[in-house]
Amino acid sequence: MSNDTTKKKLKLKVSAIKEGTVIDHIPAQNLFKVITILGLDKIENQITFGTNLESQKLGSKAIIKVSDKFFENDEINKIALIAPDAKLNIIRDYEVVEKKIVKAPEIIKGIVKCFNPKCITNNEKVTTCFKVLSTSPVTLRCRYCEKMTIGEQMRML
Amino acid sequence: MKRDLISITDYSKEEYLKIMDLAAEFEKNPNQDLLKGKVVASLFFEPSTRTRLSFETAINRLGGKIVGFADPQNSSSTKGETLHDTIKMVSNYADLIVMRHPLEGAARYAAEVSPVPIINAGDGANQHPTQTLLDMYSILKTQGTFDNLNIFMVGDLKYGRTVHSLLMAMSQFDTPIFNFIAPAELQMPEEYKMFLRENDIRYFEHREFTDIISEADIIYMTRVQKERFSDPMEYEQVKNIYILRNSMLENTKPNMKILHPLPRVNEIHTDVDKNEKAYYFTQALNGMYTREAIITHIMNLK
Repeated sequence: MSNDTTKKKLKLKVSAIKEGTVIDHIPAQNLFKVITILGLDKIENQITFGTNLESQKLGSKAIIKVSDKFFENDEINKIALIAPDAKLNIIRDYEVVEKKIVKAPEIIKGIVKCFNPKCITNNEKVTTCFKVLSTSPVTLRCRYCEKMTIGEQMRML
Repeated sequence: MKRDLISITDYSKEEYLKIMDLAAEFEKNPNQDLLKGKVVASLFFEPSTRTRLSFETAINRLGGKIVGFADPQNSSSTKGETLHDTIKMVSNYADLIVMRHPLEGAARYAAEVSPVPIINAGDGANQHPTQTLLDMYSILKTQGTFDNLNIFMVGDLKYGRTVHSLLMAMSQFDTPIFNFIAPAELQMPEEYKMFLRENDIRYFEHREFTDIISEADIIYMTRVQKERFSDPMEYEQVKNIYILRNSMLENTKPNMKILHPLPRVNEIHTDVDKNEKAYYFTQALNGMYTREAIITHIMNLK
């Protein structure tokens, strides 16, 4: 093992996994939202996470490591609205075999609540659906009431 | 695939023009039995006498039969039935559904649930596309073109869905100019101004309702609607700000026409009514021809 790698391993604050996915660069305040959106609170895989870790880019970041879990792109892209800078490392036998970034989908179904209290989706059992117009700030147009849900207004269902 | 009319932006420029042609045909000959043997459901979850009578007259002149309700007090929604279930049931009976609903997005949702076409006759503050098409027909009839028009919009430009939809529709045509006259609280929302900038369409904003209207081809007046305000104080402050009077029309262009979606409260003084530039009552009549055109287009009858 080279000197560099040894140092790197020593710096790890969340223990390494053998097989699975590491999701890094999650804004710390959105960690639990990411967990909910990906349904990690409902699976039986081993999961470790760290939060309020130092990050030059985000100030304070979180990281999630999920053993034996490999996400489909459609699945992982759902977190793009709340963790636009998230990076995924796919781990096989302790080694990173692939890196992925998240990309906001054009259409978001479910997940987000419409900001408009008079929208049909807030008054009857209708699955929300938004067109993603921009990701910074997040700008979503409701398929139903056609109103925009922007940035801080966004709430998860 | 069934055709609906939910939002004005669902239609292309070509479809707008087709509706205009059909409306002109119905104006010449309003009674045509094209809907004979068909049943149209007219579902007004929120009362609107004007829009409902216009639709129901259009359906009658086309020879169709009408079922439905005019007042939500008489409908199953008071018993707690969901919109989903009402639409599922009614779409078993009718060939077409015309609906008005107080919630925004209700019409789009109904169109997903219903196997028969839906015409949105207004969903809260969101869309009222048949109003926009009749406004367009009135503009085309009085100006002879949709191109190079200077359109003044006055009053409640923030909550007024008719001005938003008209802006979107008229932006499809060549070099319109928009002038917005509104108090600070009721200005045209940023998203529409951004849309105009992105499409290189000129617009100007004013606070004063003065002789700048001499430039206008169309003055589109709107009512400040109490029910659109969440804060009643805000309504009290702005309700009487812009009133159009006959004396203000002296230097306006000869082709200029005044439109208003009606009902008016006090924003157009009654002394304007006898001026030949007042067009709002004819505009309402145009609504019937336009709705006949929309129904026949949606039902593929012409």
